[in-house]
Amino acid sequence: MAMWKKQEFDNFETTDALAKSKDLGLSPEQLVEMYRTMVKIRLFEEMADKQYALGKVHGTMHLSAGQEAVAVGAGFAVRRGEDYLLNHHRGHGHFIASGADVNRMMAEFLGKDTGYCHGRGGSMHIADVTANNLGANGIVGGGLQLSVGVGLAIQMRKSEKIVMTIFGDGAANEGIFHESLNMAGIWQLPIFYLCENNQYGMSANVNRVSARTPFKARAEAYGIPGYYIDGNDVLAVYEFAKMAAEHARTGAGPVFVETQTYRYFGHSKSDRNLYRTKEEIEYWKTVEDPIDRFEGLLLKADLITVEIVKQIQEELTAEINDAVTFAENSPEPDVNDLTEWVYA
Amino acid sequence: MPEITYREAIHDAMVEEMRRDETVFLIGEDIGSYGGAFGVSAGMLAEFGPERIRETPISELGIVGAAAGAAMVGMKPIAEMMFMDFILLAMEPLVNQAAKARFMFGGKATVPMVVRMAGGSGTGAAAQHSQSLESLLMHIPGIKVVAPSSPYDAKGLLLSAIRDPNPVCFVEHKLLYKVKGEVPEGEYTIPLGVADIKHAGTDLTIVTSGIMVNKSLAVAGRLEAEGISVEVLDLRTLRPMDTQAIIKSVKKTGRLLIVHEAVQTGGWAGEVMAVVSGSEAFDYLDAPMRRLAGKDVPIPYNRFLEAAAVPQEADIEAEVRAILANQY
Repeated sequence: MAMWKKQEFDNFETTDALAKSKDLGLSPEQLVEMYRTMVKIRLFEEMADKQYALGKVHGTMHLSAGQEAVAVGAGFAVRRGEDYLLNHHRGHGHFIASGADVNRMMAEFLGKDTGYCHGRGGSMHIADVTANNLGANGIVGGGLQLSVGVGLAIQMRKSEKIVMTIFGDGAANEGIFHESLNMAGIWQLPIFYLCENNQYGMSANVNRVSARTPFKARAEAYGIPGYYIDGNDVLAVYEFAKMAAEHARTGAGPVFVETQTYRYFGHSKSDRNLYRTKEEIEYWKTVEDPIDRFEGLLLKADLITVEIVKQIQEELTAEINDAVTFAENSPEPDVNDLTEWVYA
Repeated sequence: MPEITYREAIHDAMVEEMRRDETVFLIGEDIGSYGGAFGVSAGMLAEFGPERIRETPISELGIVGAAAGAAMVGMKPIAEMMFMDFILLAMEPLVNQAAKARFMFGGKATVPMVVRMAGGSGTGAAAQHSQSLESLLMHIPGIKVVAPSSPYDAKGLLLSAIRDPNPVCFVEHKLLYKVKGEVPEGEYTIPLGVADIKHAGTDLTIVTSGIMVNKSLAVAGRLEAEGISVEVLDLRTLRPMDTQAIIKSVKKTGRLLIVHEAVQTGGWAGEVMAVVSGSEAFDYLDAPMRRLAGKDVPIPYNRFLEAAAVPQEADIEAEVRAILANQY
């Protein structure tokens, strides 16, 4: 079983949600909203899996259930619709946390014309350029260097925006990672590197394929401050993401935050989980689940009640069901428009 | 009209557009005080400063990836690949990101970037610094490929390339940098995708581009004295290709030779032949279509071997004569 190296984390574990939220300047309403968004992501992913099982999905998908705290902690710490977002292939959660419309996401997933990309991209390429969401990426590490260009543009325009570029542990072993961090380091670009370490690049355990972990040492090698934190502690993620965003925004250059987390579903639909044990998956689901952990803290602090939890579940289940209905009732793209948008 | 070199024409296009449009910037290796490996950006650092003449580490993937990212958020970067061969290190951001972003995202992104690259053989730089990889780039939907043959075309096409909302690969032949030609002062553009008859003729059409235009023109000039009338059609833009100009010329002459420096197998000469054979021009052919391309070898170092690897004037002339004599 992949070891859970809590003693190595740079964050202190959140044990008192109320005290922590006061430190972070988060209102009780914001805490509940964060919880709500985590549940929404989980329900979206479970519904996506169901849609696939029903044979309604043409392509593949990469589900992020288990990683909700990273998406929400970071998504709430940056300026929505203003800061730029570049994302990896397992991107549903980050888009929901950035405020994306689940109807249009589900429609894209089903390949419909009402989807974010009019059915051209699918799950792996959801983008909303008008909201400065520059897309999920089908190439591991593909967004890392685009973020350097976005950072250059921000710097040249003297704008106060930042780029949050999200990638996995697998991307940290691509050459592009090093070119990106080096350029960001020499030019002090406003980039928040968010490494979402879910411990497996497809089947490859991060410690088997990485000469040294955690990856923050690699950031430090390029003169970039690096942190390694518990990615299943949503308030810890928020705390470090907030700090990273402000660091980048104030012209202090790039920051690197590695969040340790775990994905529940397989890498994609071809995955039969032959590289990890049932016990390991069970451990993460039962002991470290980010939603359960946060829910427990909120209940303990009397910020929510069991009734509210139930109500949130029901409301969001209805919302996700509506998204499926919207997607199913949406038209297919017109085949006559096939060659649209190849060139501007 | 003043005469300037191909290098100066490209330099002038960049400088003039950077003065007009502050979103345009140059990014590449040794483009600052060194002035670029071929001197194209000489003096630009002094005028525009290090932010807009962005010198990079030796990271080609990084250069093209950064250009793509900046373009996606409204800048107009010009990326320089010191040698065209190095674009192979940057195929990921060029092909998987820049070329596809607009389509993948349902028409909501634009990627207005230019990647300038010095291609071609003839300098003794051997196999990894002499390639002509145009066909590789032409194979990618979403990318435009331009290969100017003269200073006049270079300037007008580069201005259009910078203003184009798509990723444009701009191929500069190394041996052309010193070639002089008439270039008017001030702003003018040449639209992408429009071929140019560089020498009108009636007996045979040579479809070509880049430095092979110059070689073909020398041959056409010599044959003219013998009463052989060769039309030299310079494609200028390889993708999108001006198929109508090809069809029109072949209908006029009835004979077609395609000349390119890139290796023959999979080269764009085959594409031109497919255009002709699928069009009404096919019925006008009086002889089989022929192609003269680089040999299917890496570019060798030795000067005689190097020259033998790509079409020379004598090869073009022999091929023209063979087609006209129906001897293949």
